Amino acid sequence: MPEIKVTPLGAGQDVGRSCILVSIAGKNVMLDCGMHMGYNDDRRFPDFSYITQNGRLTDFLDCVIISHFHLDHCGALPYFSEMVGYDGPIYMTHPTKAICPILLEDYRKITVDKKGETNFFTSQMIKDCMKKVVAVHLHQTVQVDEELEIKAYYAGHVLGAAMFQIKVGCESVVYTGDYNMTPDRHLGAAWIDKCRPDLLITESTYATTIRDSKRCRERDFLKKVHETVERGGKVLIPVFALGRAQELCILLETFWERMNLKAPIYFSTGLTEKANHYYKLFITWTNQKIRKTFVQRNMFEFKHIKAFDRAFADNPGPMVVFATPGMLHAGQSLQIFRKWAGNEKNMVIMPGYCVQGTVGHKILSGQRKLEMEGRQILEVKMQVEYMSFSAHADAKGIMQLIRQAEPRNVLLVHGEAKKMEFLKQKIEQEFHVSCFMPANGETTTIVTNPCIPVDISLGLLKREAAIGPVPDAKKPKLMHGTLLMKDNSFRLVSPEQALKELGLAEHQLRFTCRVHIQDPRKEHETVLRVYNHLKGILKDYSVQHLPDGSITVESILIQATAHSEDQGTKVLLVSWTYQDEELGSYLTSLLKKGLPQST
Amino acid sequence: MAAHLKKRVYEEFTKVVQQQHEDLSTKKLRLTKPSKSAALHVDLCKATSPADALQYLLQFARKPVEVESVEGVVRILLEHYYKENDASVRLKIASLLGLLSKTAGFSPDCIMDDAINTLQNEKSHQVLAQLLDTLLVIGTKLPENPSVRMRLVEVACKHLTDSSHGVRNKCLQLIGCLGPVDKGVAKEAESQAAKDVQKIIGDHFNDQDPRVRTAAIKAMLQLHERGLKLQQAIYSQACKLLADDYEQVRSAAVQLIWVLSQLYPESIVPIPSSNEEIRLVDDAFGKICHMVSDGSWVVRVQAAKLLGSMQQVSSHFLEQTLDKKLMSDLRRKRTAHERAKELYSSGEFSSGRKWGDDAPKEEIDTGAVNLIESGACGAFVHGLEDEMYEVRIAAVEALCMLAQSSPSFAEKCLDFLVDMFNDEIEEVRLQSIHTMRKISHNITLREDQLDTVLAVLEDSSRDIREALHELLCCTNVSTKEGIHLALVELLKNLTKYPTDRESIWKCLKFLGSRHPTLVLPLVPELLSTHPFFDTPEPDMDDPAYIAVLVLIFNAAKSCPTMPALFSDHTFRHYAYLRDSLSHLVPPLRLPGRKLVSSAVSPSITPHEDPSQQFLHQSLERVYNFQHLDPRGIQELLEFTIRDLQRLGELQSELAGMADFTATYLQCQLLLIKALQEKLWNVAAPLYLKQNALASAAAKQILEETYKMEFMYSGVESRQVVIIHHMRLQAKALQLIVTARTTRGVEPLFGMCEKFLQEVDSFQRCFISELPHMQGSFVDKLLDLMPRLVTSKPSEVVKILQTTLRQSTFLHLPLPEQLHRATANIIEPTGESDNPLRFTSGLVVALDVDATLEHVQDPQGTVKVQVLYPDGQAQLIHPKPADFRNPGPGRHRLITQVYLSHTAWTEPCQIEVRLLLAYNSNRSKASTRIPKSTWNESLEALPPSENGIEGTIPFSKPVKVYIMPKPARR
Repeated sequence: MPEIKVTPLGAGQDVGRSCILVSIAGKNVMLDCGMHMGYNDDRRFPDFSYITQNGRLTDFLDCVIISHFHLDHCGALPYFSEMVGYDGPIYMTHPTKAICPILLEDYRKITVDKKGETNFFTSQMIKDCMKKVVAVHLHQTVQVDEELEIKAYYAGHVLGAAMFQIKVGCESVVYTGDYNMTPDRHLGAAWIDKCRPDLLITESTYATTIRDSKRCRERDFLKKVHETVERGGKVLIPVFALGRAQELCILLETFWERMNLKAPIYFSTGLTEKANHYYKLFITWTNQKIRKTFVQRNMFEFKHIKAFDRAFADNPGPMVVFATPGMLHAGQSLQIFRKWAGNEKNMVIMPGYCVQGTVGHKILSGQRKLEMEGRQILEVKMQVEYMSFSAHADAKGIMQLIRQAEPRNVLLVHGEAKKMEFLKQKIEQEFHVSCFMPANGETTTIVTNPCIPVDISLGLLKREAAIGPVPDAKKPKLMHGTLLMKDNSFRLVSPEQALKELGLAEHQLRFTCRVHIQDPRKEHETVLRVYNHLKGILKDYSVQHLPDGSITVESILIQATAHSEDQGTKVLLVSWTYQDEELGSYLTSLLKKGLPQST
Repeated sequence: MAAHLKKRVYEEFTKVVQQQHEDLSTKKLRLTKPSKSAALHVDLCKATSPADALQYLLQFARKPVEVESVEGVVRILLEHYYKENDASVRLKIASLLGLLSKTAGFSPDCIMDDAINTLQNEKSHQVLAQLLDTLLVIGTKLPENPSVRMRLVEVACKHLTDSSHGVRNKCLQLIGCLGPVDKGVAKEAESQAAKDVQKIIGDHFNDQDPRVRTAAIKAMLQLHERGLKLQQAIYSQACKLLADDYEQVRSAAVQLIWVLSQLYPESIVPIPSSNEEIRLVDDAFGKICHMVSDGSWVVRVQAAKLLGSMQQVSSHFLEQTLDKKLMSDLRRKRTAHERAKELYSSGEFSSGRKWGDDAPKEEIDTGAVNLIESGACGAFVHGLEDEMYEVRIAAVEALCMLAQSSPSFAEKCLDFLVDMFNDEIEEVRLQSIHTMRKISHNITLREDQLDTVLAVLEDSSRDIREALHELLCCTNVSTKEGIHLALVELLKNLTKYPTDRESIWKCLKFLGSRHPTLVLPLVPELLSTHPFFDTPEPDMDDPAYIAVLVLIFNAAKSCPTMPALFSDHTFRHYAYLRDSLSHLVPPLRLPGRKLVSSAVSPSITPHEDPSQQFLHQSLERVYNFQHLDPRGIQELLEFTIRDLQRLGELQSELAGMADFTATYLQCQLLLIKALQEKLWNVAAPLYLKQNALASAAAKQILEETYKMEFMYSGVESRQVVIIHHMRLQAKALQLIVTARTTRGVEPLFGMCEKFLQEVDSFQRCFISELPHMQGSFVDKLLDLMPRLVTSKPSEVVKILQTTLRQSTFLHLPLPEQLHRATANIIEPTGESDNPLRFTSGLVVALDVDATLEHVQDPQGTVKVQVLYPDGQAQLIHPKPADFRNPGPGRHRLITQVYLSHTAWTEPCQIEVRLLLAYNSNRSKASTRIPKSTWNESLEALPPSENGIEGTIPFSKPVKVYIMPKPARR
């Protein structure tokens, strides 16, 4: 039986270092190649030695697909391609290809320059790695080789995030990467057609969550910012450079525009400017509103948001500042925080999750006195707000995607085991499809039942379709023909053509049967009686009495001779070809019953 | 260059169209039948190749064919059809047949047999489909012929087995359009084909081609539209189609399900995989709700729209659409809405500072969580969060319709609507504000909701703000804090956007009169009065202070204890505002003060009857004046007109009525005056000066009659007759005056003839009304008609003169409701001393903002006129999109007028005003507006048979100071 094998090297019952191996119809594909945020040792990268112990990776893998630019999906890529060694094609969308190296470079800088690690990939390696990348468009079918094809679907989540369909022949797998089923201020919702894959590999970060409407959160956020600014306070929003930051910028920008506000908004420079540039370029990847209005004005050309300068932090009057990094653990955001923390008019809004140990986590958990380096005690008087803006599909969203794609099997990755368990049970219950959730290194085998396409000549199809009742879409139809398996292709042809192609002579197969009838009359009279009898019964067929004394029913021949021993018994010879088997056997059974008594 | 530019400007931005008087006696060329078909025949015979023939046919198709020659042409085409081998030519012929059968006045039954015959031997699928299309046209042209339809349906059924989707499509379409609708008829004309069209169409719901499936559903819907009651059995089939792979099938299926749910709302359907049963409408509702999260946005829009019209659905299902159970890590979580509500009810202020504010509460039983509900769960939650704004708008609309019919649902959906006020697309925001206004009678806003609503007041879009003011006019607020909040926010809005002044005052007026008891405790604070100390008197011209006063005075109207809290200056301000802003400040019964205008105090019900009575009495008096001497009549008329005009000023409800009658009496007065002139006694045309008076009177009467006919809404045919009658009299007067002043008879011939024609058309138009008009001018005239027609012009004039004098004054019946169209230009204000400077030859855009009241169809009739000091006038047609409709009978025109002129030496004023265009062809009954060209000039046009077009100025002109500078080189 053909089967699809899936082995997660990372992200199996876990979040981080997404890396999933799929072998489908003899092709091996690696989906994502991420790093783990939580580790600093070997565990941060997937264990590539699992793939092959001593062979070259290029020989084993047909292609690598990267779903989006987050480091837990692409962080190990330079290590994998340059240090482990992989020369095959790497596929990602255009925005991912553009933004990915920026983030990798940033990641490298932090690990090598700040933490002083050695034996890490270099800038050159990132560049070399990116050279191997093939960029794809949305809904573009890319032929990796003759049999393997991939196609990208829009996934929301971040700019350029995509879901990929991997298809070999009739078997297919869809890998979602991270996706978002509700649109936000700058990106649309994930969408897929009814592609009915054999297997859907979906993320399940929020497997047990159903989220509230985005609108309430946005409104709260805006209201808080607006109130603080009106009071004359300053608002600090620590963000990571890409993704949510752009969403919040758009949100504030449009709000400022709508409400005619004048307070300045600043964005700390660095990565962001480069990234904003790409957002401006990849308008087609954004949501309806931005796409429709960009002719008048590109939404990412911010009117109210200006670049931040360190000196601005001491300016009097209200302002809003976006600063990196997002967890207030270092850098500019922390500096500004220290300056503003003492004034109760000010506010800090944490738009995302904060890791334990960071300043962000401390203030969120209500700590009002922070010990900074140098034994300084910082008293936090400013307001601290938490706003969650996450762009993963929630349980409802995941179910919705499954409903749209109608897969035959579902496999959950990128989530916690306990939560997956719940979702797995729900999926099996609602859709009646089997659902899997392998751990890292555990292989799941899915048996598929692929259909095999067979070519048929139009002539034969029309000829066969004409016979019998009108074609009905709901019922299978019986056809006669010869199946030719030649040169790795299947064809259904007519028998004559098959013989011709194969250079075989045609053999006729005839069945002959003798039927004894008690009839004392002369032979030709018997024939006449048989003829009349058959004509009476077989009204739809052409029954003929030939001059040489034989009868034909369609192509079946009936001859009568007197029995050599007993003149009273006549022997009827019935002969038919195997094509007429049905009619022939019917005739014999008919004749065996004997002729009706003549009156 | 400048001149050229200017010319271009005029070309592009204005449509100044000169009316053309067409010569009526144009001769028409008539082609005879043989020539047309024969020419085609010759052409087609000449054609050597299919391409040639196709060319001829294409050329032929460009020209129209007269009714009488259609049949001949069809025969020729058919003849060629049989000969033709090329499929494309046959296709063209087939399409031409269809086109020809559409010719008005042609009855295609004669060619039907031929058309059906052509189907027999046709091999090409495309041609077949086209032929079926032709048959469809023929069938629709013959609606009263069931046997023909029957035959066509039979033909279509025969071709349903065709292998091409196009042919099957057309067959289904044909069956849908022509299939027998009436069961009884179908049985009589029984034949094997007419078994049951529903069954035949239903069989194709499972066709292999999605296009055919769509066509089948559409055909079914078509049958429904034509009045056939669809069978309930289709429902289950349609439900299966909801899961189709193709969006157009799903979209059509949603419609079908909706139709069925309206047909059989109460029948019971089983729920699959359980033993329960529910009402069909509920089941359908659930299914359509499910489609709101479909993959295709077209289907989503369709589904969301249809949800709005499913009002029979039970409230339990309805409320589920807003339900979305939140959870986090398998623990139940409250929505932000619930939290807000709880905070409100607990009386606590939101701290909003806790991280764990939205922390999940109780554990959820994993088995009970249904992630994809089969029911209606959260359909609107999804719809309102959709990516495409089309879906969101549709969802808001549906929400509105459902909330209007169910108060409890209205209460529940409030939170969601309020959320939509912050949508990223303005259209959606506007729509949701309007929706909220429509359901406002069902709801009371909580404070936190009000807070969100009021936040939108700072929106930079004027439309949004004004919509919100309208909304606030009719909302119910629950607490005094709410009122205070609203006032504060409105004042904030006022300082930010001073142009909103009027709108805000109006809003506060309603807010005050709706919530007197809530305003009462706020009064001391609002007026900043102090029990012991005198506070400084606020500035009377401060718009914010006026706003506060408007709120308080309107509340005080129904709260007699309130005035006790006022300080002295408040009373003084009241007197001032009552006078200057009488539409915003109601009359109050103040202690120690008399109501100055109690006699005519408006809007207090007991007073209404007397003024009505007064109106009728004065009219009564006028109509009985027959016995008075001419002097007395004139005086009485003058007094009555004066009374009526004053009444109109005082009584806004009766203004239309009073003005209308006053105008009528004015006409009569003018007529009487004109007839009293001495000139009639003098034989020779020596008194040219008096002539001027009489002809001017005639002219004015004409103008006034047009005003009466077109400027008032609610004028009925009874009034129209009287108005036309008056006009006829004026025309007679005109004729007499001309006859007496011109020498020679020639011009009179024409005039007399025209006048008689008019009398004739009057008789034709108002034949039913004539019995009511005994003793009137026209009545007498019609008696004399035979004499008039035969006599010479001079005699005619003589007769007219005597009849005009002898005729009685017609009683003008008053309609129930009569409103005068008025317009008020808000912007430009005409107060500015700074000229608008621009370079001559270029354009400057002038913002015009005006309110229109009681104008029917403003898009078609309201024009802006700009008068330059040199007498040049320019007429501008505003775009239809410039008109907004804030309420019934009210319109708002916000447009830009482009001005341009050659250079002036110093600034000068131009006049801007609004005109109401009319066309006397347009009868009051039909609302269809003929596409016509309006005249630029204001003068009444020479009357012509074909109706008169003209304009009536109906707003005060506003002066704008402009200064075109010479271009700098």
